[in-house]
Formats: sequence, C-alpha cells, structure tokens
Amino acid sequence: MLQIKNLKVSINEKEILKGVNLEIKEGEVHAIMGPNGTGKSTLASVIAGREVFSVTEGEIIYKGKNLLTMSVEDRAREGIFLGFQYPVEIPGVSITNFMRTAVNEKRVYKGLEPLSASKFLALMEEKKKLVDIQSKLTNRSVNEGFSGGEKKKNEIFQMAMLEPTLSILDETDSGLDIDALKIVANGVNKLKRPDNATIVITHYQRLLDYIVPDFVHVLFEGRIVKTGGKELALELEEKGYDWIKQELDSKR
Amino acid sequence: MNTTEDKNTKIIDDVTQSDYKYGFVTDLEMEMAPKGLNEDTVRYISAKKQEPEFMLEFRLKAFKKWQTMKMPEWAHLEIPPIDYQDIYYYAAPKQKKELKSLDEVDPELLKTFDKLGISLDEQKKLSGVAVDAVFDSVSVKTTFSALLQEQGIIFCSFSEAVREHPELVKKYMGSVVPYGDNYFAALNSAVFSDGSFCYIPKGVRCPIELSTYFRINTANTGQFERTLIIADEGSYVSYMEGCTAPQRDENQLHAAIVEIIAMENAEVKYSTVQNWYPGDKNGKGGIYNFVTKRGICKGDNSKISWTQVETGSAITWKYPSLILKGDNSIGEFYSVAVTNNYQQADTGTKMIHLGKNSKSTVISKGISAGFSNNSYRGLIKMTKYATGSRNFTQCDSLLLGDKCGAHTFPYIQVENKSSIAEHEATTSKISDDQLFYCNQRGINTEKAIGLIVNGYAKEVLNKLPMEFAVEAQKLLSISLEGSVG
Repeated sequence: MLQIKNLKVSINEKEILKGVNLEIKEGEVHAIMGPNGTGKSTLASVIAGREVFSVTEGEIIYKGKNLLTMSVEDRAREGIFLGFQYPVEIPGVSITNFMRTAVNEKRVYKGLEPLSASKFLALMEEKKKLVDIQSKLTNRSVNEGFSGGEKKKNEIFQMAMLEPTLSILDETDSGLDIDALKIVANGVNKLKRPDNATIVITHYQRLLDYIVPDFVHVLFEGRIVKTGGKELALELEEKGYDWIKQELDSKR
Repeated sequence: MNTTEDKNTKIIDDVTQSDYKYGFVTDLEMEMAPKGLNEDTVRYISAKKQEPEFMLEFRLKAFKKWQTMKMPEWAHLEIPPIDYQDIYYYAAPKQKKELKSLDEVDPELLKTFDKLGISLDEQKKLSGVAVDAVFDSVSVKTTFSALLQEQGIIFCSFSEAVREHPELVKKYMGSVVPYGDNYFAALNSAVFSDGSFCYIPKGVRCPIELSTYFRINTANTGQFERTLIIADEGSYVSYMEGCTAPQRDENQLHAAIVEIIAMENAEVKYSTVQNWYPGDKNGKGGIYNFVTKRGICKGDNSKISWTQVETGSAITWKYPSLILKGDNSIGEFYSVAVTNNYQQADTGTKMIHLGKNSKSTVISKGISAGFSNNSYRGLIKMTKYATGSRNFTQCDSLLLGDKCGAHTFPYIQVENKSSIAEHEATTSKISDDQLFYCNQRGINTEKAIGLIVNGYAKEVLNKLPMEFAVEAQKLLSISLEGSVG
C-alpha cells in the first residue's frame, strides 16, 4: 500500500532523512523506533504532507499514486490519517462540527452524499462506544483545555470517525498513564482491518505490548538501519540505542 | 521563501476577497435636491416631507450648530477629506400617488427588493417579520402595521411618525443624542432623510422581530437615517437592522442616528448585521459608516442590548453606547467587526453607569485581514452615584495574515469604591499548525478558516435573533471566502 523509496528530506537546508526505504502492505502494523531527533516525526509529517519540509530526493507511492504531488487534504481524503504528537487546540470549533465537516468532505471527495445531521450523530455515538470515549468530550472545542491523555483519546476518536486506510500514530503513548494507554491501544486494535495499515511511532516498547507490531524498524540518523519482528523492540529496550550505534560502527 | 507560508498566505488572500454580492443599481426615476448643503437645502428637505414647524426648527438649529463644528480627528482612521458640498442630500423615487397596498408600488422598486432578498410579500408575513423598507431617502409602504396596531405598537417610518405622532417625536427625539452631541449628529439632525420609529406601550411584549432594510442608491447621496425606539414601562421589543448597498466608485457617507429609550422594567434588543459595500480590493469606493447610536436605560431594572456584526463599509466609526441611568439597569454590547483589504474600523462602546447596581457586559471580537486596521475603543465610566455597579469587558482580536492591524483603546473611569470593572483582552492568529491539523483531516484551508472564524465569533453570533444569525454566518463567510479552486 505504501512504498517509500530513497526518501531524502531537509528543513532549512539541514538534511534530516537521508534515504529512507520502507514498504507497508495492507493489514500490517509497523513500529518505527529510534532516539530523539532522528527523524521519526519528520517522516510522519512528510507522509502527511507538511510543506515546511522539503523532499530533495526519492518518492512515496501510496495505493499506486505519487503521494508527493497531492495536497495535504487530498492525502487525508485518500485515507491517510496522522495522529499528532502534540494535537493543536482550535477554540470555538466543537469536535462535533469539526468532525462533521471532515467526514462530509471525505464523502463528497469520493462522490458520496454528505451525511444528514441525524445520521452523523448516530455515527458519532457508534464510534464513541467503539473507542470508549465519553460523551462530554465531543461537545467541547477541539482539544481546548484537554489534558494530554484526553488529546490522545480524541485523536483515536477522530481516527475511528474517518476510517483511514493508513494511520500514522506519532508518539501516541507519550504523556499517558497506563489506563489511558490501554484505552488508546484498545481503540487502535479495534480499528484494525485486513485492508488498512498502521504505523506506530514510539520510543518505548511498552505500547507495543498492547499494539503488537508485525514489523519493527529502527530509524537512526535519518535512515532505517534495522528491521525485525516484535522481538526487536524488546531487544532495544534491553540494550538501548547505543547497541545500534555500535553495530553500525563495527560495520563501517 | 517558505512554501507553506506562501501557499497559506495566498489562500488567506483569496479567501478574504470576494466580489461584493449585492453590487447593482436600480435605474429608477429619482427626484433629487441639487448637490450641496446650505440653509435652503434644509428647508427643501423639510418642505418635501411636509414636516410641521417644530421639525424644521430642529433641523435649522442643528444646521447652525453644525456650521460651527469641525470634524473630529482623534480616531485611529485615515479619512480622505469629505466635500460636504459635493453630496446630494435628498433623493426620493418619483411616485405619483399615495400607496394603499403593495400592488401599487413601482414594480422596479419591488424587483430591487427581490434582488436584495427582501420580499414584502406573503413569505415575509409567514415568517412573522414586519419590514419597514427604506429605499434611499423615502420609506416604502410598511407591512404589518395593522397587526401591530392591535397591540397599540407603533412601527412606521420616521417621516410618518413626525406627521402622525408628533407629540412622541417631539418628546423623545434628541433626548438621547442631542443635535450638538457631535459633528455627525449635528449633520444628521439637519438633513436626516428617514428611518424607523417604534413605540411599545406599557406592558406590551412585541410579538414579532421588527426589521428595517436600507439601500443607498444614487451616487453621492448621503444616507442620513434616523431611528427612534421607545419602550414604555414593562415592554419588550427586538429590533433588527440589516443593510446592503450597491457597488459604486464614489464614496458614500452614512451618518445615522439611533436613539433608544427604555423605561422602567422595559427591555430592548437591537441587532445589526451590516454589509455595506467595503470598497474594492484596492480600497477604492466603499461606504463611510459614521453612526451615533445611543440608548438610555431610563427606568429602574431596564435593559438594552446592542448586538452587531459589521463586515462592510470602507470606514466604520461607531460606538453604540448606553447610559445606565436606572438602578439595577443592564447594558450589553456584543460585536463582531471584520475588516479586510483596506477597510478601517474604529468601533466600540461607551457604558455610562449612573444607576446603583447597574451592570454592563461588553464582548468585542475583531477580525482583521488583508491590509486593514481594526480598532476597539471603549469607555466604561462608573460615576460616584453608581454604587455596586459592575462591568465585564472582553475584547479579542483575530489577525488573518501578517499585513493587517488590530488595536485596542480601552478607557476605564471608576469614581466610587464599590464598583467592579473587569477587562480581558486576547490577540491571536490562525496558526499554520491549526490549518495543517484541519488539512490533515481533509478540510481545505478556505473551509478551515471559515470554521475557525465562525467558532471565534460564536459567542456573539449566538446573541442574534435566529433569523439574523444565519445571515450573519453567511456574511462572515462571504467577507472572508473567495474564489479558491
């Protein structure tokens, strides 16, 4: 579904991604781990289409289409969802209103009729139950005054509403206590289907106990330097990123 | 140069430009006084309207006063010099006889109203809105007067009130805004054309929203309308003022006066959705909106609220104000003021607390875009008599793009020890992060700006009567949406 070939990305003339290769197929869960500042969030932002980053080389093919020529909103309407690390606040805009606009924009893009108010509210109720979100949350303005945990839950709720084919969760676990973590992971797992895929970006192995990955990649100094199964995450936890660095140095 | 910034700037630019929807002119036979302003002009106007002597005297006194005054220059506005001799002060469509029903109204006139979406027909009747349509300087047949008459409510054109209810006009006109109050009040008092008059008798709750539509048509015709609303003891009325104007090259001066009097236990709700032609993208043309609006909560426990959505005019200069004279009286001011391209606004309110335990609330939401400048100017004055009085003021500014300006000039004067005045202010802009968040959810930037701006203005829009709230939301979108994609 997603093919990233030799992707090089810079910001302000500084190269962050130095040739990333990644392939993701339907039904798969990929974890991307790596130390701080290594480019994990950059990768997520570039797939989503954040223009502040310049793609200097390489390509991203999504469902057979050249993703890099598509606008941010078109990528979203084609089914790409980014669960932000630091979701921004939008005061005055209720989650209900926000979601209704987003859902209907996607429907119209696909040639469907927008949902009526009652059908939309029914959809909201269904998804709230699915991901275990309380009703009170959706009456509030988007992320306004939300705690870290509430923001992350709101991201998962939006994911449920938009039914993406490729979800990228950027450090979804940061700032969550164990209960919130379980709720978030539970939501993600419930949304898994054979025809969609998930990229989980995280520092810590802990989340991967709940969202079990098929593949674990280590992003280090702008490249994916190691790929393995879920055991790789446990090994990293035990040995730390220095181990990766040493392995690389010894190969040079 | 940063691509995202470029792109978003372009989108913000496009989104904040739109062809003025109501740009057109009615080619109707117009009867006009020659250009220029002198004592003869004043007499001409009064004679044309067949006014009683007291009205002519009022006008002449005001005109003499105006001649001694100078245009004030303290506002945060750049106003090109106005040649007061280069304006037509009277324009009336030629009509052959007195009209008894709408069937007799000039069909061209009716077509104009249709184009503006103002329908004086059954549709309006069914929606329960009484409309007093002012076409330039002369009022066309008022609807619903019979229905209102049953309750003793008087709602008619100002000219008609001068003829039919002179005692009321004489008693209250100029009692809230004296003709010498300011330069434009003096001008208006001398040459006012027409407007609305409303009287609600004791204990009566007006059953429908009262509404007035205006239009400035002929080039260089100053629109000087005059509105007087009197709510007698224990009464209630909700009044809506909404305006549209055609596209013109010459600037058009609009110096209106609105006076509101609320007696003991009475309540008046005055809502405005203003959509005057703002000038073209280069700041050429557009209406000058220099208005004096003031209400007095005369009796104890009375309440007046001003709610306004201002999106038009090249220059807006107005301070709907309240004198809270009665004890326990309540004053409210809710405002959304949008400026775009080269528009300028210096607007706000004055709350003068005289009564004990009087309360006032001010919520002002400014939105600046393009190269515009938007200023809030407010005065909260609590005299020594106003013990226990309270004010809460919140003035927020939202900046779209980086070439516009938002300014605040709050004045707080408290002359007794038991009053409380609270003031909060915020300045914000729509951040790239917010736009990216919306984009990533499949919402394009233009729609995102619409969502965010409406969310920002929600607190004020919620105060409008339902009929107006929809028009107001559309208006916010029109003034900030463009032909993107």
